[in-house]
Amino acid sequence: MAKGSDIQNQLLDVFFEECEEGLETVETGFLELDVDEPDSEQINLIFRALHSIKGSSGSFGFTAISEFAHHAETLLDEIRSGTRGIDADIVNLFLKSGDHIRAMVEAAREGSTVDAAETQTLTDAFKRILERAAGEGAESGSRSSVTNEEEAPAESLDRTWRIRFEPNASMLQTGNDPIRILRGLEDLGSLTVVAAAEAIPVLREIEPENAYLSFELELTTDGSEAEIRENFAWVEDECRLTIEPVGSAEALVEAPLDADASDGEDQAAEAADASARAEGGEARRSKPRSGGENARANTSIRVSTDKVDALINMVGELVIIQSMLSDIGENPDPSKMGKLREGLAQLQNNTRELQERVMRIRMLPISFAFNRFPRLVHDLSEQLGKRVELKISGEGTELDKNVLEQIGDPLVHLVRNSLDHGLEPSDVRVAAGKSEVGTVRLNAYHRGGNILIEVSDDGRGIDAEKLRAKAIARGLIDPEEVMSDERIQQLVFEPGLSTAEKVSDVSGRGVGMDVVRRNVKALGGNIQVYSKPGEGTTFTVRLPLTLAILDGQLVRVGSEVFVIPLVSIIESLQIRAETSNTVAGKADVYRLRNEAVPILRLHDIFGMDCGGVDASLVGKLMVVVESGQTKAGLVVDELLGQQQVVIKSLETNFKSVAGFAGATILGDGTVALILDVPGVMDQAGKSRPRPRKSKTAEPQPAPAVG
Amino acid sequence: MNEAPNGSIETVQVREGTNQYLTFLLDGEEYGVDILRVQEIRGWEGATQVPNTPPYVRGVINLRGTIVPIIDLRQRFGLEVVEYGPSTVVVVLRTENGDDEKVMGIVVDAVSEVYNFAADEVKPPPNIGDQMDMRYARGLAQAGDGLVIVLEIDQILSGLGGSVFESANN
Repeated sequence: MAKGSDIQNQLLDVFFEECEEGLETVETGFLELDVDEPDSEQINLIFRALHSIKGSSGSFGFTAISEFAHHAETLLDEIRSGTRGIDADIVNLFLKSGDHIRAMVEAAREGSTVDAAETQTLTDAFKRILERAAGEGAESGSRSSVTNEEEAPAESLDRTWRIRFEPNASMLQTGNDPIRILRGLEDLGSLTVVAAAEAIPVLREIEPENAYLSFELELTTDGSEAEIRENFAWVEDECRLTIEPVGSAEALVEAPLDADASDGEDQAAEAADASARAEGGEARRSKPRSGGENARANTSIRVSTDKVDALINMVGELVIIQSMLSDIGENPDPSKMGKLREGLAQLQNNTRELQERVMRIRMLPISFAFNRFPRLVHDLSEQLGKRVELKISGEGTELDKNVLEQIGDPLVHLVRNSLDHGLEPSDVRVAAGKSEVGTVRLNAYHRGGNILIEVSDDGRGIDAEKLRAKAIARGLIDPEEVMSDERIQQLVFEPGLSTAEKVSDVSGRGVGMDVVRRNVKALGGNIQVYSKPGEGTTFTVRLPLTLAILDGQLVRVGSEVFVIPLVSIIESLQIRAETSNTVAGKADVYRLRNEAVPILRLHDIFGMDCGGVDASLVGKLMVVVESGQTKAGLVVDELLGQQQVVIKSLETNFKSVAGFAGATILGDGTVALILDVPGVMDQAGKSRPRPRKSKTAEPQPAPAVG
Repeated sequence: MNEAPNGSIETVQVREGTNQYLTFLLDGEEYGVDILRVQEIRGWEGATQVPNTPPYVRGVINLRGTIVPIIDLRQRFGLEVVEYGPSTVVVVLRTENGDDEKVMGIVVDAVSEVYNFAADEVKPPPNIGDQMDMRYARGLAQAGDGLVIVLEIDQILSGLGGSVFESANN
């Protein structure tokens, strides 16, 4: 693949990004396209995206891409002009081609090569479809005969083409030289050129940078029309071009490529385009994918200028307040106290707003992660032979870019799982009195400081009994153990447990549910499953909005202040004598409504000396926290305020410390440690290995499974 | 952080053949550290205790927005623990471990001097049994009447990462 070494990498990057955007437009366009009643605006949108991919890859020297895209474009052009209908097969072909172009772009970016066989297969598929219309009319007939010859290069049939090439006057100004194009044609075969000089004005009126010559060419070549056109790829929009085989009465391609023909439509479509873009928001921007692309995506972020302008304004205000305050500081005067307070209040507001806005830069709509699903579901449903409707809602919900990038793969797994295991085959569904078409729902919304993402299906649900039997067989749970169905369902996240009887191509490979849970946990979130047999399954992923800031409850333990993330707190209460029990002499259990909650003394867990702990818990404050399904009560000395804290890593200069998610800096400049609630619970379990089973047999954090 | 590029250390050595060392006192002994690794010297202002860490980790402090661990060097070296006094200071050092740069503070009794030592003036430490853990000593240098123990500070913190921490946890 020729790569222009003189082209700056920056330009290339933009090109790659544009290709990505374009491909996304193509993909979403086709997925949304109603095959029975194709919307011409939509096809135009797709066509333009494809066309610009073709054009720009040509101008960057990625001829393989532009050649390939050309086939797709030709077919799409026919659909666009209404000479050809569209069906599901064609849509699939386009989707596959989109993937292939993406692979080619990726290969170009990495300097690797792409599967040539795939190129050939798809190209042939396009040609076959183009041929198929042979019976439809003379025009297509002649075309098909030509493509036939193209297809059989072995025959190496020479053919003479008559080309009329009229550059627009401004062509030279865009850096394109007609002579170079003629030379390129010459390489294809024997070429005769007749230049028409009538357009040249008298000398004093000549604009030296205008092109005045037009050309009549006759080219005898065994090359295809596509190869000839390739030479004009850069100038298609800047010339009138007709290419026809000598002897053929009719023009092969409706002459001037698209420059003139589509101008009107372009304008009409412009509005639709704009609104479509606005709707999709930034969704079409390079969305995180997997692997190498992720790494790249991590390094930069696209921010709308609005957001940046707002920041600049805020900073401007800060500067003003700063100068006001320093003025007061230099000329201290009791009479200025009022002004000082006012200034400080402004500073506070300003800083908070600035903080929020800066954080918002990192926030992106979850549509970035959701975007891939229509395609995924489309492909999978085909592969599985199930009819599936995907309903997406809440795609505008914003979350931190880092979280967003890392949640994509777990979500893919959940959706795959829903399609493969959740939804029943159509006949089973019908037999069960359900609609033949299964529904998979993706939903996202904010609740508190969290974003909740739900993946639900209306399939068969999880068979708790089967799961339980399997878990017992694997030794994960005690056969004697009494467990609610809800708890049993959570077992799907244990490694090695799958309700699917057979491992399929779709869900048997790659990550399992345990990996999904691990990934979600690594992001500081949790995942739960709720299922009703016969009615469906819902997976709920709960994630912090951002990794950088959290809402915390400040508590005092001994002489130190700790931060407990608000999201894990259920409630705070004072321990009363009649609600706490001591089990087996040592472990304490609190009866919270109908649940038995183990009481953990933070003093003990942290090994803190607090001047002789009062053994009695009565009257102590307890913060009830939750991690996954497990609750625990943390005994603290004092509840301080609630506030947002900025998470600072302990690892930057130190190391990660068990039981802590990080540290933060409080208003007085001191450091407070942020509790990692699951970590603290684990630690409590380890430091006190005594069985702490209460009467209701509430099992402790699922035993580590080897 | 204001890192001194390695190159500049090299040039100093080539040009003058000497390195500057900041020395401090610890239980009557004088210890030296490469002055280019010293970021600042602060008074002891307390630190936030970090549970689940060995006792010589006094805690963490807020150093202009970053969290920096504070190591009590007396405890680290197994010396007698004393009350911190007015001359007790925290020397903030930059340590390197491969590409990994970390900043930490060490609590010492008092800062002392700045000496110039040529490279060959720093003699490898003699084997004096396990009186003091010699892992952290790069060598000894003569300064006036006394000896300065030149510390290998990268080792002090890297020791934190591995076995020491684990064993303290059990």
